[in-house]
Amino acid sequence: MNDTTKALTPDPANPPKPATRSSKAASRYAELQAAKPMIECRDVHKYYGDYHALRGIDLTIREGEFFSLLGPSGCGKTTLLRTIAGFEDISSGVVLIDGGDMADVPANKRPTNMVFQSYAIFPHLSVAENVAFGLRRDPRPKAEKAAAVEEALKMVGLTGYGTRAAHALSGGQRQRVALARALILKPKVLLLDEPLSALDRKMREQMQVELIKLQRQVGITFVLVTHDQEEALVMSDRIAVMFEGGIAQLDEAETLYSRPVSRRVADFIGVMNFLPATVLGEEAENIRVDVEGLGEIDIPRAQIAGKDDDDPIMIGFRPEAVNVFPEGQPQTAPRQNGGTIDEVVYYGDMTYYDVRLDEEDGTRSEPVRISMRNVFGRDIPCVGERVTVGWSPSSMILFR
Amino acid sequence: MKSGGLRLYAILYLAFLYAPILLLPLFAFNDGTIIAFPLKGFTTEWFGQMIANQTLRRAFTNSLTIALTAALLATCLGIFAARASTRFNFPGKTPAMGLIMLPLVLPEIIVAMSLLVVLLAVGIPLSIFTVILGHTLICMPYAIAILSTAFSSLDKSLEEAAYDLGETKWSAFRLVILPLVMPGIVSSLLMSFTISLDEFIIAFFLAGNEPTLPTYIFSQLRFPKSVPVMMALGTVLVVLSVLLLTVAEYFRRRGVARTGQKDHGGFL
Repeated sequence: MNDTTKALTPDPANPPKPATRSSKAASRYAELQAAKPMIECRDVHKYYGDYHALRGIDLTIREGEFFSLLGPSGCGKTTLLRTIAGFEDISSGVVLIDGGDMADVPANKRPTNMVFQSYAIFPHLSVAENVAFGLRRDPRPKAEKAAAVEEALKMVGLTGYGTRAAHALSGGQRQRVALARALILKPKVLLLDEPLSALDRKMREQMQVELIKLQRQVGITFVLVTHDQEEALVMSDRIAVMFEGGIAQLDEAETLYSRPVSRRVADFIGVMNFLPATVLGEEAENIRVDVEGLGEIDIPRAQIAGKDDDDPIMIGFRPEAVNVFPEGQPQTAPRQNGGTIDEVVYYGDMTYYDVRLDEEDGTRSEPVRISMRNVFGRDIPCVGERVTVGWSPSSMILFR
Repeated sequence: MKSGGLRLYAILYLAFLYAPILLLPLFAFNDGTIIAFPLKGFTTEWFGQMIANQTLRRAFTNSLTIALTAALLATCLGIFAARASTRFNFPGKTPAMGLIMLPLVLPEIIVAMSLLVVLLAVGIPLSIFTVILGHTLICMPYAIAILSTAFSSLDKSLEEAAYDLGETKWSAFRLVILPLVMPGIVSSLLMSFTISLDEFIIAFFLAGNEPTLPTYIFSQLRFPKSVPVMMALGTVLVVLSVLLLTVAEYFRRRGVARTGQKDHGGFL
């Protein structure tokens, strides 16, 4: 079965490097950087009694940006969203929306609208009445308002649903009604509190794409709260990762994934392998480290991240940044190590391999997780097989 | 049959509950002053006497006034208390709610006596107004129990959504919360109304010279001559109760169906 070789290929001639943004995405990012600030938080603190829920939040969200607040439950992301919406008072600091101080502006007067986690569709009203709810104080004539409702329903793909009872809708449809109800008011900022968490996986993925399209179409600033890192990566221009009431890292999705600033962020965003490392020497461009199972590596200074005080010094790499090949197969990856497959997890399109790397003293390392795209019709190596692991220093991050 | 014994038990049980009530219309239309079989003949005389009886009419209007007012008061106050207890946290909430619910388990005779002492001491003359106060007090726990269920089953973000969409806190409450708890409000009104309508002890202590239906009926049972009239009155009350419950249940179910809420069960 010499085909096993190819089973494990992505092209070994191209050592993996972090995915980079296409020129189109780059121009969008440049545009956003030039846009005016829409939401500014300056040293925002929030206390609930003794509990310090927000610990000095500083961030600027620009007009037209799709921004995500990502973090585990209890990290303060929802609190931050609710302070922007005006549902929570802040204990100290400043929140500006479109340049205006929001300190004395209650939620019903703010240029923001919210899509709630539970959707909060009014069950006693029809779909059209739900969507028109915010227009009650709008002085326009009835016919114009009805047209606006129709347009909003069309925008979210619910044309013809106006007369339906809201409580009879499915989860995805409720979500759309909630979006239409908020967007009909043409807010400057749309706040979304875990809007997709109640949907099943397929529906969620579909809504993610629809939300992106919708956001590009209306051009409104979206602020999304989510605990799902994949959702944040898929949808956002920039992401703020929050832990314990503070922002741990604020970056574009690609940077966050390929250059996490700390082990904690790396752990939270996707999967990352960690191997204990010892610093051997510091040079102008590189730091030389000795890594268990990988040997000596020169890590460029750009690939250095922080760590928590009690963590050991570590090297981290993503599962897809490394390749596995059957032992003895020639390959061009700049660095190669031997190992044994410990576990194979098959995902259909991908396979995850847990590989124990050979140590210099003859022992084996803790398993590292390596992912490879499956190529149709070819074999997947099995548990216990000897393999060569190919990698490049450019995909390694030093946490110290 | 396996369940023969249980079925017999159920039938006897229901007969014990409802057969006495069935006797009311039987003797209300019986042409005789003695409440005993055999029946003598059909008459509507007792209904005529009932309508002609001025004291009875007065007792009836008194009871209706008291029950309606007490039901409205208990439900309104109940809305405040239930909303406060389900929506907000404040110091002393648990003891406060406990004290409001206390009349539920307090012997009514104690409540009636202490109220009488206080009213006399303060110098408030006994009237249907004092009965209304007493009835509101004992209806409150029932109203709050029903309304708390209605309020606590509401998603908090509904109100926030209305507020977020530009409404004031009051209009958000009026437009969203009130329609959604309406079935609970109807239940509470009905419950309080029926509790007040047939309440005897407090009415007996606090009504002064004013008759209410229960106290009037009790006073008339001493005179054999007026017993058939009481039977007629009882019949009217049974019919009215059934009508009232049916109408209320109809509106409650309609409200529940219209908002797609889960039916927690009403009275019927």
